[in-house]
Amino acid sequence: MSEPLLSLQGVHTHIGQYHILQGVDLVLPKDGMTVLLGRNGAGKTTTLRTIMGLWQPSQGTITFDGRSIGGMPTPDIAQGGIAYVPETMAVFADLTVAENMTLAARSGPVDAARLDWIFGLFPALKKFWQLPAGVLSGGQKQMLAIARAIAEPRRLILIDEPTKGIAPAIIEAMITAFAELKRETTILLVEQNFRFAASLGDHVAVMDDGRIVHRGAMADLARDETLQQRLLGLSLDAHQ
Amino acid sequence: MLNSLLSGDYPKSRVLSGVLVAILVGLAFAPFLFSGAAAINTAAKICIFIVLVASYDLLLGYTGIVSFAHTMFFGIGGYGVGLGLYAFGASWGVLAIGILIALMVAVVLAFLIGLLSLRVRAIFYAMITLAVASAFLILATQFSEYTGGEDGRSFSVPPVLRPGFRLFEAPVFGVTINGRILAYYLVFISAVVLFLLALRVVNSPFGRVLQAIRENDMRAEALGYRVVYYRTVANCLAAAMAVLAGAMSAIWLRYTGPDTTLSFAIMLDILLMVVIGGMGTMYGAVVGATLFIVAQNYLQKLMGTASAATEGIPLLPKLLHPDRWLLLLGVLFVLSVYFFPTGIVGRLRGEKR
Repeated sequence: MSEPLLSLQGVHTHIGQYHILQGVDLVLPKDGMTVLLGRNGAGKTTTLRTIMGLWQPSQGTITFDGRSIGGMPTPDIAQGGIAYVPETMAVFADLTVAENMTLAARSGPVDAARLDWIFGLFPALKKFWQLPAGVLSGGQKQMLAIARAIAEPRRLILIDEPTKGIAPAIIEAMITAFAELKRETTILLVEQNFRFAASLGDHVAVMDDGRIVHRGAMADLARDETLQQRLLGLSLDAHQ
Repeated sequence: MLNSLLSGDYPKSRVLSGVLVAILVGLAFAPFLFSGAAAINTAAKICIFIVLVASYDLLLGYTGIVSFAHTMFFGIGGYGVGLGLYAFGASWGVLAIGILIALMVAVVLAFLIGLLSLRVRAIFYAMITLAVASAFLILATQFSEYTGGEDGRSFSVPPVLRPGFRLFEAPVFGVTINGRILAYYLVFISAVVLFLLALRVVNSPFGRVLQAIRENDMRAEALGYRVVYYRTVANCLAAAMAVLAGAMSAIWLRYTGPDTTLSFAIMLDILLMVVIGGMGTMYGAVVGATLFIVAQNYLQKLMGTASAATEGIPLLPKLLHPDRWLLLLGVLFVLSVYFFPTGIVGRLRGEKR
């Protein structure tokens, strides 16, 4: 494994009285896509939100590119080169697609060549450029949320369940887009759709009960049905 | 040219464009179109409230901040000009210094309130602004030696703005161009310039960030924007604009006092104008302020006529009695909120909630 871009060591996060993350150890290499799998409530979204500073860790260290970011304010983390795409099709509904994109490019207008590249990945955005984001379909909103995260070059993108509630045809388009996207930037993807995750992921981490219970190559997990059953199936059985 | 003036933010509705042009023409030629001091007084009040409501919409409609301290900043503007002219005499220099000092005091206060309270939840922020505004109102009435207390202060304005001044000896289109007409045009031109500036602010990249914060502050932070910084700057900008509206009011009335600038009744009026016109639209400030002030000034007369016309019909003349104008205004407000939840401008633009 190449030198890590992001590492979490013994990270604990409390939300109110609930102890959600119970010592997360996670290492992200500098390139490729790492997929975070696990059942509902395992702590995947909390892990992303803790990295982004939206929840403060109560214990442990988070290091990004050699710099400690645990406890830093969210805007500082974002300005440091981490983008976050939440699971809720997080667009600004009252603003147009163009304004959503401009908002994401903090250093000035979106670079024309980069915009062409983004339109190549998500052609629907060009078509609806001047429309309010609120009128887009669920899939188009998700594309806009991802496009906004890459309006400027980022070191790392955290993406939370991009396929949730999305039509299969859009998911296929997303696979193509993500395959190209991961050549440019490192991605930490939280996903429930195993086929989607397996077709894109280079590395995998599986969470259960607020801890990482498995780390390795995605290809190995995709090949080994017994391991899948043990990590994902058993995990499901135990908590249903 | 028009695109640049309106910062690319067109009314986006033919009916709305017509209404706005009618209001603009009505206000621009008010001294020539309407006779009597009451009419020009109503027109000046509309100009002042367009600025005040637009500045409040910058907070409530564009940033999602609920503040009850807006009349405090309006009052600081009024008192800055009024007390300056009262104490040091009626000159343009004193007027300018009064506005400048009021602006500095208001921006510092807005900065402190913003910095201390914008980190808390919206409801607590609203409570804090309410407390600060109440304290300021009490201070203004208690320090009567300086402020004139409950009675306020009457003062002279520079000679050019006094009724006795004549710009031309002969009337123009039948109207004598005296100092009051010049004062009206000073208020009108200031209102147009400040409104266009507000339009520029909300359509700038800064304004887009404010709208993003209003929709979802967490998402705005995740994009790298410091929410507290943007909210504080919006607070200071809105306060500065309210100060200028207060100064316009003082120049027009040649009087400043708690009832005309600091009272909570005015705060309530501003809220109603924003809601009736349409939050987060800017043009809503123009429509809301015009409708509300025209209703406030002419509803009583209209009801008197209607009451006389329905004489003989049971109940109706009593219901339409001029003394019940506030009741009718309340009913009209409830109906407008029910039928136009996005305000009149929102409805005309076809926006859905």
